[in-house]
Amino acid sequence: METVKQLSLFLENKPGNVYVICSTLGEAGVNIYTLTLADTAQFGILRMIVEDSEAAKALLEKAGYVVNIADVLAVRIDNQPGRLAQVADILNKEEINVEYVYAFANRHIFLYRVSDTEKAYSKLVSNGFCVLSSQELFNTNK
Amino acid sequence: MKLENKIWDKSECLSRDEIESIQVQRLRETVKRVQNVPFYAKKFKELGIGPEDIKSVSDVKYLPFTTKTDMRENYPLGLMAVPKEKVLRFHGSSGTTGKPTFVAYTKNDLEMWSDMVARFLYSGGARPGHTAQISFGYGLFTGGFGLHYGLEKIGSSIIPAASGNTRRQFTLLQDLKPELLVCTPTYALRLIEYMEDEKIPRESLNLKVAFLGSEPWTEEMRLYIEDRLQVNTCNNYGLSEVIGPGISGECVYHTGMHIQEDYFLVECLDPKTLEPVPEGELGELVITPLNKEAMPMIRYRTRDLAYIVKDSPCPCGRTTKRMSRIKGRSDDMLIIRGVNVFPSQVEEALLQCKDVTPNFLIVLDRPGSLDRSVVQVEMSPAFFSDKMSEMQMLKTNLEETIRSYTGIHFEVDLVQPQSIERFTGKAARVIDNRPKEK
Repeated sequence: METVKQLSLFLENKPGNVYVICSTLGEAGVNIYTLTLADTAQFGILRMIVEDSEAAKALLEKAGYVVNIADVLAVRIDNQPGRLAQVADILNKEEINVEYVYAFANRHIFLYRVSDTEKAYSKLVSNGFCVLSSQELFNTNK
Repeated sequence: MKLENKIWDKSECLSRDEIESIQVQRLRETVKRVQNVPFYAKKFKELGIGPEDIKSVSDVKYLPFTTKTDMRENYPLGLMAVPKEKVLRFHGSSGTTGKPTFVAYTKNDLEMWSDMVARFLYSGGARPGHTAQISFGYGLFTGGFGLHYGLEKIGSSIIPAASGNTRRQFTLLQDLKPELLVCTPTYALRLIEYMEDEKIPRESLNLKVAFLGSEPWTEEMRLYIEDRLQVNTCNNYGLSEVIGPGISGECVYHTGMHIQEDYFLVECLDPKTLEPVPEGELGELVITPLNKEAMPMIRYRTRDLAYIVKDSPCPCGRTTKRMSRIKGRSDDMLIIRGVNVFPSQVEEALLQCKDVTPNFLIVLDRPGSLDRSVVQVEMSPAFFSDKMSEMQMLKTNLEETIRSYTGIHFEVDLVQPQSIERFTGKAARVIDNRPKEK
């Protein structure tokens, strides 16, 4: 199974938080491929894809953040009507819950966090979808 | 507003000698009565003191203290001095372990209680024929029932509105036109806020006096409430461990709260040395109820800080000593929306939740009229999830656990690790930004 490691950080809603995280990684030469922020009135969860997730996790923990790593599926989806619906349909039929999904900027790659990663992976591949490994993801992105 | 000064009971106007002779006799009877309680029998035996040793009021200084911890250690009814069949009512107050502490009343206790409540209500202007809206909670809390029976004794009619539902409170205030209102001072502020927001004309109400109590409040709040609600306000004091509301209350002259000295012996002590402080100086109130049957108490340490007003007659004609407002606590107890809460209760609740760090901070403020209570809790890796649904559930679970331990709703605010200041000594667990008396 091919998955991509995603970093998640707990964030209080206060100014400057996202800047501190991005600059901590930037100064250490860690490239952020994409990121998404889920927020509530009190706190947020920042999710991001970097090449070396373990190293980035250590850096951020040292800076005082709570970080975890989760497996997400990087699915290439053609830029055509109905294709996203097709993915949703496959997962739905298997009763796999999509926790959240977000996209790579300017590329037709979507990151899925699902309740059953392994099953979702095999169903998507058997339906002809390209689910990228970390290596493929970062190489095609450069 | 000019209110008529009238006295309910001539025992509020006795000479010092008369009061003290009643007190010493009743103190002796109380010491005799507590010998039925193993906890006290043991203490008195150890001290070698008996009822016959009480010769003057000042002999109270030889008697042992009773604390909230003693009540908890004798949970549920270990401090009762009568068989359970003699009990007509139970009440309770919040405890630090999520369990309330119970108090019990015999028929005589209930009669005495309604009499002392009637006295302070009458001194503040409640009269037969008045209608009173009680916007206190009815239940284990002594406030609702305590005021209810005192008003009934006077002969006022009662609207048992209970707490909350502000819209309905106004329906009752406008349609049944009560002259008297009973609630917490912060709830009076809430009513004012609602009245102004909804543009309810003051002329549609008939309120004359608000009896406010069950939490500390300030002179600034009094001025504000009297101005906006156009009522006279009277403060009153009590605590369930001793009996409930009725230990003392203000008359129309607002010269301090008249202590019902034939029912209570009130000492004001330095909380560290436990020696009496001079009149006019702040100390901890230590109270011995003198007539209680079901659950008599000897020298209950209230942890409430106040002072006894320096000897000066009150124009109302009552000769009883008076006490100031409650100015603070000698322990870390908080009163939030009228409920007693200890920071240790929040800590215990958090310790029940797996993976939660015990680093927390209680932040209290009063953005509008009601207290807002927040607990900041630090995130830890074991407890963090990238799924929002799990994070929300975690927050809700924490809030529910804290509610089950404290009885009130705290909003949980999850914060980043290390963002709560660490202390080497005793941790400061509370930031109280609510308005305080100067």
